[in-house]
Amino acid sequence: MRLEILNSGYRPGTKLLFALIRLFSGQPLPDAAKLVFYRPDFYGTRAKKFTHEAMRGPSAWSVGDRELMAAYVSKVNGSAFCIGAHTATASLAYQDGAKVQAVLANLQSAPIGEPLRATLRMLGKLTAEGEVSGDDIREVLSAGVSPQQIEDALAVCVAFNTTDRLADAFGFEVLSPEGFEAGAKYLLKRGYR
Amino acid sequence: MPAEDKERPAFRALVDRVLTGEGRASEEQRARAFSNDGLAPPPDALINKVATTPAEVTDADFAAAKASGFSEDQLFELVICAAVGQSARLYEAGLAALAEATGSGEAG
Repeated sequence: MRLEILNSGYRPGTKLLFALIRLFSGQPLPDAAKLVFYRPDFYGTRAKKFTHEAMRGPSAWSVGDRELMAAYVSKVNGSAFCIGAHTATASLAYQDGAKVQAVLANLQSAPIGEPLRATLRMLGKLTAEGEVSGDDIREVLSAGVSPQQIEDALAVCVAFNTTDRLADAFGFEVLSPEGFEAGAKYLLKRGYR
Repeated sequence: MPAEDKERPAFRALVDRVLTGEGRASEEQRARAFSNDGLAPPPDALINKVATTPAEVTDADFAAAKASGFSEDQLFELVICAAVGQSARLYEAGLAALAEATGSGEAG
């Protein structure tokens, strides 16, 4: 990562934990996981709580839908690490990698329901342009999405607009397919806490 | 909307912490990075990229900020403030549009 403190500035106990994770998983700890261990009182503790709530808290959206939203928002931001991580996690959650690839390649023609498509379109616009109108939201509502689902989707969008920015600014190392696969299994089992 | 919304309070806790909790960068600098407004050069270029075009951040942006006297811990904080700040504006914009569309008058 671009800041040396994020590569080697951890406490001895944290460094030992990183080494153990590497030993047992056979994969280096992803930079996204390392970041939240650096001065966790400043960022990591509260960021994990918010992200876990958005991604795994009660919602009418499935875990796969929310991971797909994370991948889609990351695609709009051009954030390579987060596209890889959440494409892998959404694919594993849905047990359908082709569907996730189709959404990222062409939202309009992808084989998903209209409520999810309309929601992703709105999140993409908000991420790219910084704003959405009441009409944009009404389109999502008319596709059959509830106000609470829109609010839940906005939280996912906000969590990943934060993470995408940190991934690209700090320079998270893009993992191998095996590394992203291992991360996806972890995120589905344990979430973001 | 349910009274027990946990996402917004959790995000607000993050915002409050990065802006007003203990830090190595001053609260004024953190607030400027958060709003992407009024930070002096050279970290202003880095912070603006984090907020608007994060994929364009380079090693040189960090090198320039460090050369002007900012420590790594200060830059860690300012980059986080910029990322959280842009996200806060998106959250506010989305919730305001939702409130307008549903006529709930509740805009975050």
